[in-house]
Amino acid sequence: MGSLKLQGISKSFGPVEVLKDINLEVETGEFLVFVGPSGCGKSTLLRIIAGLEDQSAGQVLIAEDAVDHLPPSKRGIAMVFQSYALYPHLTARGNMSLGLKQAGAGKDSIAQQVQLAADMLSLETLLERKPSELSGGQRQRVAIGRAIVREPTLFLFDEPLSNLDAALRVNTRIEIAKLHRTLKSTMVYVTHDQTEAMTLADKIVVLNEGRIEQVGHPLELYRRPANRFVAGFIGSPKMNFVSGEAAAAFGAAEIGIRPEHIALSRDNGTWRGVVSHAEHLGSDTFVYIEVEDIGLLTVRTLGETICQPGEDFYLTPNTEALHRFDASGVSIES
Amino acid sequence: MRISNRSLTRSALVHLILGGYTIIALFPVILIAINSFKSRKAIFRSPLSFPDTDSFSLIGYETVLKQGDFFGYFLNSLSVTLVSLFFVLLFGAMAAFALSEYRFRGNTLTGLYLALGIMIPIRLGTVAILQMMADLQLVNTLWSLILVYTAQGLPLAIFILSEFMRQISDDLKNAGRIDGLSEYVIFYRLVLPLVRPALATVAVFTMIPIWNDLWFPLILAPGEETKTITLGAQVFIGQFVTNWNAVLAALTLAIVPVLILYVIFSRQLIAGITSGAVK
Repeated sequence: MGSLKLQGISKSFGPVEVLKDINLEVETGEFLVFVGPSGCGKSTLLRIIAGLEDQSAGQVLIAEDAVDHLPPSKRGIAMVFQSYALYPHLTARGNMSLGLKQAGAGKDSIAQQVQLAADMLSLETLLERKPSELSGGQRQRVAIGRAIVREPTLFLFDEPLSNLDAALRVNTRIEIAKLHRTLKSTMVYVTHDQTEAMTLADKIVVLNEGRIEQVGHPLELYRRPANRFVAGFIGSPKMNFVSGEAAAAFGAAEIGIRPEHIALSRDNGTWRGVVSHAEHLGSDTFVYIEVEDIGLLTVRTLGETICQPGEDFYLTPNTEALHRFDASGVSIES
Repeated sequence: MRISNRSLTRSALVHLILGGYTIIALFPVILIAINSFKSRKAIFRSPLSFPDTDSFSLIGYETVLKQGDFFGYFLNSLSVTLVSLFFVLLFGAMAAFALSEYRFRGNTLTGLYLALGIMIPIRLGTVAILQMMADLQLVNTLWSLILVYTAQGLPLAIFILSEFMRQISDDLKNAGRIDGLSEYVIFYRLVLPLVRPALATVAVFTMIPIWNDLWFPLILAPGEETKTITLGAQVFIGQFVTNWNAVLAALTLAIVPVLILYVIFSRQLIAGITSGAVK
């Protein structure tokens, strides 16, 4: 129950193939995140699951039932959109109850459902307001409330935090995580932000150019990326890639080292370089170092490392945490 | 100080230009209106002066109201305009929604075909239209006018409305679909209210040419029963003698309804014109 299965989903817009043979299974109660750069097909995939877009080939199964011929409202799903998409002519209460009204639910049960969702999202005082009288964060909470009220087997989120400012984004992210714990429903979430993916997901699906690059638990993707794309996409700041002689020394066409796996020293180390820029965040310092024959490397050090552009440093990669890739970009298992 | 000075002269200049244009635009209308309240002699003696106790006369209005079924003409004009307007807005919005919302083979081609009417004046087809109306036995009925005006208004309506409808977020329509709203409900309840300014713009641009048209009433519906007000006013223009009092009075009366409709739509109209520019 509640699980989602995608079998051989493909989608083309004219000659452009945006999704290529997507196969995926989601367990009940799982929080799945589609992540990838813009244009990778993640939103299209979500819209196909929702039934807002027809797939060119393949099958969507929700709770073991093929839903390909069903309209969105009959699929047992609810969706939260990036632009909130609240009905401008209805109050928050009206927005939340419309779906149930359409489905023919009784007045009392609608009122009860709305009350329940409003309690969960602390919306009680806002119920009689129109969307234009709400702030961005409040609008998104109403939109989430509209989804909860339908008691769907599957929640779909389409970049719900992208329109919020940084502080609200963190708050709403925590709220969504809490919601998942309370409701224990299956959720599918689309984002281009790898931080959101890492913090929310039980399972991340990394998409690139219409293909699944890797599926796995956030830390699994961080520790053992299947290829160069996933390695570069997951983790912030981005992983450093080194090719040429330095990589050949490790028996690979290219090696990847995360910024947090390089040690800095003023006295000795494997590579020598000159600081080109440093970002002091207090808790961390990101140092960008121009290394001879290798190029610019990002190094993350804990705490406040005092350094100025132009200073010399030695860098030592932690060979245990090194990632090796062959010429086609696939990880070499050690 | 210098900056504020300069902006003062600039705004004065702007107001001067706009004021001048307003005077030029309103002059003929006001000329008609003031002369309609004057006696025949006074119209010719000093056409530019306002009516005074000496020259004031309602003879024009009396003639208009006595001669011919002026109220009937009025009603004809009003019903033709309103019914055509209703059809233009309804069918125009529906076609625009289909063109902007659904992907189907020949979408762009259909859009271009429908926009063709903006460039080709419908009057070129007058002979064919007359033949068709005669075959359908619609000559001398208001329906002949309504059908022609609906066809005449649709291209521009579809063009403007489909542009506006493209700007409405897909998310909103999709949210409606997930909540189980039918395409019709999405169209009437979600999309139409959001393009209200565009509807008002289209309404004004459609309404005025219809109300003022003389060509099609003259050809398709010249009968006494179906005369529109612009045609009715022609009664007073004779080959040898023209009753200027009556003509001016009839024209003044004809301005009133469009003016009222314009005032109703104008607030939305301004919102519609500026929304494209400011956003």
